[in-house]
Amino acid sequence: MFYRENGQFKTSYRADQQIFPVRQDRIAVLVLLALAFIAVPLLASEYLLRAVGIPFLILSLAALGLNLLVGYCGQVSLGSGGFMAVGAYTAYNVFVRLPGVPLVVALLLGGLGATAVGLLFGLPSLRIKGLYLAVATLAAQFFIDWAFLRIPWFTHGSSSGSVNVSGLTVLGLPIETPVQKYLFCLALVAVFALAARNLVRGHIGRAWMAMRDMDVAAAVIGIRPVHAKLSAFAVSSFFVGVAGALWGFVHLGSWEPAAFNIDRSFQLLFMVIIGGLGSVAGSFFGAAFIVVLPIVLDQAPAWLGLPMSTALSSHLTLMVFGALIVFFLIVEPHGLARLWSTAREKLRLWPFPH
Amino acid sequence: MTFKSMAAALAAAACALAATSLQAQAPAKEQFFPSLVYRTGAYAPNGVPFANGFADYFKLVNARGGINGVKIVSEECETGYATDKGVECYERLKARHGGATVFQPLSTGITLALTEKVPTDKIPLLTPGYGISGSQDGLVYKWNFPIAGHYWVAADVLIQHLAKKEGGFDKLRGKKITLIYHDSPYGKEPIPLLQERAKMHGFELGLIPVTHPGVEQKSAWLQVRQNRPDYVLLWGWGVMNSTALKEAQATGYPREKMYGVWWAGAEPDVKDVGEGAKGYNALALQHGAEPNAKVVQDVLKTLHDKDQGTGPREEVGSVLYMRGLMSAMLGVEGVRRAQERYGRGKVMSGEQARWGFENLALDQKRLDALGFAGVMRPLSTSCADHMGVAWARVHTWDGQKWVFSSDWLQADEMIIKPMARAAADKYATDKKITRRTPEECQS
Amino acid sequence: MGFLLETLLGGLMAGMLYSLIALGFVLIFKASGVFNFAQGAMVLFAALAMARFAQWLPLWLGIESRMLANTLAFVLALGVMVAVAWAVERLVLRHLVNQEPITLLMATLGIAYFLDGAGQTVFGSDIYKIDLGLPKDPLLLWPRVFEGGVLVTPEDLIAAAVAAVLVALLALFFQKTATGRSLRAVADDPQAAQSIGIGLSGIWVIVWSIAGGVALVTGVIWGSKLGVQFSLSLVALKALPVVILGGLTSVPGAIVGGLIVGVGEKLSEIYLGPHIGGGIEIWFAYVLALAVLLVRPQGLFGEKIIDRV
Repeated sequence: MFYRENGQFKTSYRADQQIFPVRQDRIAVLVLLALAFIAVPLLASEYLLRAVGIPFLILSLAALGLNLLVGYCGQVSLGSGGFMAVGAYTAYNVFVRLPGVPLVVALLLGGLGATAVGLLFGLPSLRIKGLYLAVATLAAQFFIDWAFLRIPWFTHGSSSGSVNVSGLTVLGLPIETPVQKYLFCLALVAVFALAARNLVRGHIGRAWMAMRDMDVAAAVIGIRPVHAKLSAFAVSSFFVGVAGALWGFVHLGSWEPAAFNIDRSFQLLFMVIIGGLGSVAGSFFGAAFIVVLPIVLDQAPAWLGLPMSTALSSHLTLMVFGALIVFFLIVEPHGLARLWSTAREKLRLWPFPH
Repeated sequence: MTFKSMAAALAAAACALAATSLQAQAPAKEQFFPSLVYRTGAYAPNGVPFANGFADYFKLVNARGGINGVKIVSEECETGYATDKGVECYERLKARHGGATVFQPLSTGITLALTEKVPTDKIPLLTPGYGISGSQDGLVYKWNFPIAGHYWVAADVLIQHLAKKEGGFDKLRGKKITLIYHDSPYGKEPIPLLQERAKMHGFELGLIPVTHPGVEQKSAWLQVRQNRPDYVLLWGWGVMNSTALKEAQATGYPREKMYGVWWAGAEPDVKDVGEGAKGYNALALQHGAEPNAKVVQDVLKTLHDKDQGTGPREEVGSVLYMRGLMSAMLGVEGVRRAQERYGRGKVMSGEQARWGFENLALDQKRLDALGFAGVMRPLSTSCADHMGVAWARVHTWDGQKWVFSSDWLQADEMIIKPMARAAADKYATDKKITRRTPEECQS
Repeated sequence: MGFLLETLLGGLMAGMLYSLIALGFVLIFKASGVFNFAQGAMVLFAALAMARFAQWLPLWLGIESRMLANTLAFVLALGVMVAVAWAVERLVLRHLVNQEPITLLMATLGIAYFLDGAGQTVFGSDIYKIDLGLPKDPLLLWPRVFEGGVLVTPEDLIAAAVAAVLVALLALFFQKTATGRSLRAVADDPQAAQSIGIGLSGIWVIVWSIAGGVALVTGVIWGSKLGVQFSLSLVALKALPVVILGGLTSVPGAIVGGLIVGVGEKLSEIYLGPHIGGGIEIWFAYVLALAVLLVRPQGLFGEKIIDRV
């Protein structure tokens, strides 16, 4: 009843090709953005912003990048943690060695650094496919882990291997309090999400999806596999690199290479799979699920009033996490995004059942 | 209702519950000591006894009436030795129960991350026996307290002990000393001091990193076999320690020539190697295994006899259990000292506790009264010196228990102080912190 | 020269141990098409079961003999792994038939987390000992030919021998028994196998049980060397390059790959490592596997990937 396209006529190609052709969609997105920009900073506690809001935004950006690679182009990559690290350390080196560079430029340069490394480690995808590629990308992960531990130039000579940044400002405004950090991340993520949405709607996104579905047939009709695969790696690594730089600068403040280890890569892959492969909204759903779940599980015994040792609570968190992953994969293998789009389809027909 | 929609509704309800409950609690009338522990993961074997000792000491203090009547409340948070979980625990606990008094992260990595946050949140960071070596300079590191020693002290004492064994520092010339270290901020901390000492005395320093978690050490020990160093220094944690001893046995390197730092010298590291670890030496951070100490008897009588102890009875008195007791004791004594200035019997804020840590004076009389006689040496901190004491000794595993095998050795402040000052100055320049003046210290 | 030989031998021994873990991966992939990321967790779970039962059985049943306790513990642990296999098939695999490989991979990751948590809850997170009575001190061979002798660890030799016996047994099983033939049939073409009456669920339970048994043997060997603790599951990450180097579908590939990776790792760490700072073991195997894949995208012995349009 509410979500119908009745009466919405498009009179130009431009109107027909817009990013949200249904008016209710446009309104919904604007309302969501308003809530995110205005309501959340006013209503959420500092702890919620720090522990949930900011990690959610940054990891959803990383998941978005990974989704472009895995979901849209079909190249499984387990090295995303390493690319986040490259982004973070590149941005750190720019920030520390070139003091006049603005923060946003440093972050974007971090993304470009990750792009270069991503292209390098994406070259094997031209020859290797499927699970073999997944494990081969682990080479990127471990090598990058090692490089940042061992090569002192990357950490600006820090004897402990740990680096930190402070005094972040954008156009003279400080990025210190959780609210400021949250708004900064939100602005960046909104821009990147829009960019991603447009990318996958355009011809490059279609090339990626063609490579994912049937790469031989795609090559036959003239889509260049080299171009498609490497551009997927490049764009994906850029997103992931910027996310990594944000993670280090805004969320952690001080980090060591272990912050971007293989657990982070698995976490991102979980977000993408649970959220839904091949869906921009799915990345956000997946990130929300994976960020909120461990915190809820950690604190659930306290709410339920069950006295539990932290060890048992940790173990149970692992068990429930694993069980939930399996449960979700059984119930909806296409992820939360499919649940959402099914809900929307039902909403179009509401209140009629079919 | 289909299964899917039920599951979706449950999830939504859980999220709503989560959102409402993730708020800070109302202030309480107790002194809150958060406890960052790791009872799971690759470092659990060493984290568990420490956490038990830590928790038991607070229970003991409460059983005796608290800190001048103020009861202690403690809450554990599992970090798994991971820096990001440690930061998350910090954020979650810092405002609970009226505000955290002091944080003891038990991880150099987490210490580095929290050092950035505590000046804003005004909560002191107590890092006895670990943390940033430069933080002994209290004029720059206002909120960090590596009381009882840090890694440069450890490395220095080890080199002094080795020199003593050889018959003098000049006998070290030409010898080979290899450091096998955990590839993390913790393991890398002693390297600057070891390099300094190597330059001074002319011994060859070899460095072999071991990647987390440290179960893959075959190549490291084959390298040791190739280089045949005179001594091996072990800077490991968790499973890395026992693996090192097992690999040393498998490659035939004499355990008597191995010297571990105080985090690589406890029962979990040697127990399952048993006789194979006989002769292995390690540093003792003031205390070793102290089954006869008065505080241990108190804990057994007051808590374990009444079934209120944390952890198994056999663990009480072991090395890491004592470390936990000692760390908790330092936290409590700092608050007690703060109460002398800001009001006896009142709950201390983080800032007030910080003053307490900076003016801690534990003389022999006080240590005896606390039950730590023979376990620790007297210490006193000051504005410029947040370390308080720089003595340590060596103990050796005889196959059954740890036995002290050296006298007390004092780290050479002539070497460490300038290095600490230089490191602190670098930190101050990077962070644009001005060095505190002695006048500021009086406030 | 003697030291080079030592390094080679050490690498070969380590390689055999990696092959053991890789064997589990290959078995499951061959028969059910699932890349079992939970293999490491299974090794840990099995080792924990064995270590704890070996500790508890003397207390429950008053057994004195170490050998008897160990044997009973082994049998019990094997039973536990069969139960795990049955549960995995029933609760997970059955519902995920025909899903994409990435989904199955993620499901096994979920199983891995579950087993990690369950293992530590039921059995504990301390370091536990598996005492097989193996000699721990090294042997020095041929002291006259090589100066100081060539160092060999008897424990590793026995482990390599056990691994070889296990592989031989498995090869016999696959070739000579009816169940083995059914497994090969399912690996070849599941639908054809079903059409001639081979039940897939039963086959999957058998395969996962065998993989569980291999995990148990692996866990016992690694555990007696290093002690059984949570970090044992991380050793499986070392076996991944072995699997892809050898080819996902080949048992001899797992062995050969393991040996290559083992030797390569040790040689690189000792001869190349000191020049670039050390600690390169962790990525060398992966880079080696990557290099081989660039030349042979299906691994050394794997089935050639044929793209059908």
